[in-house]
Amino acid sequence: MYIIVVGGGKVGYYLTKTLLGEGYEVLLIERNAAKVAAINGKLGSAAIRGDGAEAATLQAAGAGRADVVIAVTGEDEDNLVICQMAKLKFKAGRVVARVNNPKNEQLFKMLGIDVTVSQTTYIMHLIEQSLPDSAFVHLLSLNQPDLTIVDAKISGASVVVGQRIGQLALPENCIIAAVLRGPALITPTPETELRAGDDVIAIAHHDQEDALHRLLI
Amino acid sequence: MRTVIVGCGRVGARLASQLDRAGHDVSIVDANEESFRRLEPGFKGTTIIGTGIDEDVLIEAGIERADAFVSVTNGDNRNIMAAQVARQRFAIANVVCRIYDPIRAETYRSLGYTTICPTTEIADRVIGALLPTSERGR
Repeated sequence: MYIIVVGGGKVGYYLTKTLLGEGYEVLLIERNAAKVAAINGKLGSAAIRGDGAEAATLQAAGAGRADVVIAVTGEDEDNLVICQMAKLKFKAGRVVARVNNPKNEQLFKMLGIDVTVSQTTYIMHLIEQSLPDSAFVHLLSLNQPDLTIVDAKISGASVVVGQRIGQLALPENCIIAAVLRGPALITPTPETELRAGDDVIAIAHHDQEDALHRLLI
Repeated sequence: MRTVIVGCGRVGARLASQLDRAGHDVSIVDANEESFRRLEPGFKGTTIIGTGIDEDVLIEAGIERADAFVSVTNGDNRNIMAAQVARQRFAIANVVCRIYDPIRAETYRSLGYTTICPTTEIADRVIGALLPTSERGR
C-alpha cells in the first residue's frame, strides 16, 4: 500500500515514522526545505519538498498510484484543497484530512473528504470521559457509516429505571451493546431490566445521538 | 444586488468600492482591520473582521441574504474553500473565486465555479500586446 502524507509538522512526522515502521511505502510532502532536510536526516529519504496542493508536486509524488493521501498541515483550507486535488485530478483511492477547526468537520465530509480527523474533538472527548459526573459520554466515532459509541449512565431520576430493554422506545439505527453494572458486564437481552447506576453502552447513528440522550438520561 | 466579498486587498477593495458606488449592497471580510483603509472614502457597505472560511463570520457578513459571493484573498486555497462554503453551505449560485494556480483554477472551474486565474489572463494580455495574432501560441 502506498501512502502520501502532506505536512511535515509534528503530526506528519510521527505519522510518517509510524507508517514506515509498520512496513508501508510512505512519502511525505513538506513545503519548508529545512524541515524536509531534518526529516530526511532522521527517516532516510522519506520526504520531498513541495506544495501538496500543486498538481506538479502530487504528480512527482506519484499521487496517481496512491492508495491513501493524508493531509495534516495546520491550515484547514490547505488540507481541503490537497485532498480534493488528489481525488479529482489523480483519482487517489482514499483521502484523509486533519481538521484544525472542529467546525469544519461536517463541511469537509460534505465536500467529499472520506475521513476527517479533528484533534480538538478527540481531546474534548477524552477529557469528557475522565470527568466523574458526566452522564452521557461519547466514546468513539466511526466514519463510515457515521456511527457513534456512547456510554449513558442511568441516574435514579431516569424514566427508564425499572424498564426492560425490550420496552424502550429506542431511536432508529441504535443498538444497546452492553450494560455495565458495577464490575459485571451484562449482555443485553430484551428482558434485561435497567437499574439506577447502570452504564449503558450503545451504538447509534450520529443523527440519533441526541434522541438517545433524551430517552436514557 | 447583495454581495459578500472576502479579502480586502487591492482587488477586493476596488471591487467593493465600485459596487458600492453603483448602489449595490456590499459586505467585505478581511482578517486584518488595516486592510479596510484601501476602501474609498465614503464607502457605505459593511466591513467585517474575520476569516472568510468561517461560517459564523460569513453569516455576520449577511451571506444568508446574499445574491453573489466573491473570494479574492491572496491565498488560492482559502479562496477555494470560501467559495465552496458559499455555494455548498449557503447555496449561493453566483460565486466567483480568484485562483493564481492555473491547474487549480481549471480543476474548480470544471466543478462549476467561476474561477478567474490572473496568471493566465495576464500572460495572455502580455502576449497580445507583444505579438501579432498569427504568432501567438497557447
